[in-house]
Amino acid sequence: MVLSLILLVVDHRFHHLQHLRSTLAFLTYPLHYLADLPFTATHWLDETTSSRETLRAQNRNLRDQNLHLLAELQKYESLQAENMRLRDLVDSSFKVGDRVLVAELSSVDLDPYKQQVIINKGSASGAFEGQPVLDAHAVMGQVISVTPFSSTVLLITDTSHALPVQVLRNGLRTIAVGTGRIGELKLPYLPTNSDIVEGDLLVTSGLGGKFPPGYPVATVTRIDRSPDAPFSSILAQPRAHLDRSREVLLVWTVPSQLPASYVPDPADDPEPQPEVPAQSEAELKPGTEAQAPTVSPVPQEPAT
Amino acid sequence: MSGPGNGRLAILITLCVAMLLMILPMPEWARPFRPQWVTLVLLYWAIALPHRIGVGSGFIVGIVLDVLTGTLLGQHALGLSIVIFIAIQLHQRIRVFPFWQQSLGILILLVIEHLLALWVSGATRGVTPGLAYWAVPLIGALLWPWVFVTLRKTRRHFKVV
Repeated sequence: MVLSLILLVVDHRFHHLQHLRSTLAFLTYPLHYLADLPFTATHWLDETTSSRETLRAQNRNLRDQNLHLLAELQKYESLQAENMRLRDLVDSSFKVGDRVLVAELSSVDLDPYKQQVIINKGSASGAFEGQPVLDAHAVMGQVISVTPFSSTVLLITDTSHALPVQVLRNGLRTIAVGTGRIGELKLPYLPTNSDIVEGDLLVTSGLGGKFPPGYPVATVTRIDRSPDAPFSSILAQPRAHLDRSREVLLVWTVPSQLPASYVPDPADDPEPQPEVPAQSEAELKPGTEAQAPTVSPVPQEPAT
Repeated sequence: MSGPGNGRLAILITLCVAMLLMILPMPEWARPFRPQWVTLVLLYWAIALPHRIGVGSGFIVGIVLDVLTGTLLGQHALGLSIVIFIAIQLHQRIRVFPFWQQSLGILILLVIEHLLALWVSGATRGVTPGLAYWAVPLIGALLWPWVFVTLRKTRRHFKVV
């Protein structure tokens, strides 16, 4: 009993047990596989026995869709080239190149009060801890433990997950924290007077260095501004189909050189005062608090 | 079909089945109501064979369950070892109870385990589960007679002593 208490504390506070957990997870992989088997089997049966007509229709649809996407991609490529050229002009070029791998969710239920899923690609495919996971629509979460053939993904809606984001419309930076409910994120660190409206799209800001910048995350759904509170309570709905997607994308970011302006300089305090430490600590509190979870090692400026 | 090795296999298999039931996908609305299968099965073995299933087994099974369901390492281990400890203290009384009285006793044990899990998760995160959380031990207690009969049949068939 004492041992389990110690384990609890150690696992919660430190990350030394990650190795033990990964080893044990490898041993329990057969159970996960077994639980997933009926669903994989029905999926396979469904695919092999579907009629020629259905397959043809599906094929036609996919070809149409592919054509559309290719057309979009042409536009996107020229835009990217233009973007690079412009960045060259202002001397702040950085390469954005991401490699992705498609993985499938295992039909396995974990603790209902934690937002985690298991996917069928592990370290054998190159997955690593802290790797971003997307679905076809938006950011889903990040890998928190890997075994050779499977890995566990913490969804962005888990209460222990915080994600540096910015509003696409005006670049306002903040942090999106999970609420523990699927389909809901909150933005607890925005002051009452910040420029954000319902319907704003939030994208990853790339601060923190774990998620590549510019991927959509969520749409702002509700804003409660009460005049006596320092921060407004803002809820957002994840764009990713967290409870419906079966295919997910694992992303490798090709190491990029961030422009110098992206690294916040602690010496750059707007109002240098003798009692700076206390002052800036109080100011930084919202930002630093949100970093306690595993997301962002880079100090964050308070969003104003 | 006898011997200590064979019996261990039977216990392991029943535990594996219980763990499988813990992670088998269920519809979204039913997820919070999943009964504590592993606790039920382990409680049966602890009451039937207290000399073989002890607090240590509870701890090990709990750790495996933690890894399996992605909870904090030690959350299930703590609850299971305490509950198994109580069950072993009371096993001679529980054995002679009629079914409904047994269920009542099991209900209390399940509630203790669930309460410990709630404390652990409450101390480490902010999620407060709803009222559905407390339906879980109740469902478990209602399932107890069936679990008991099934496992007793298994035990007699494989002559686990």
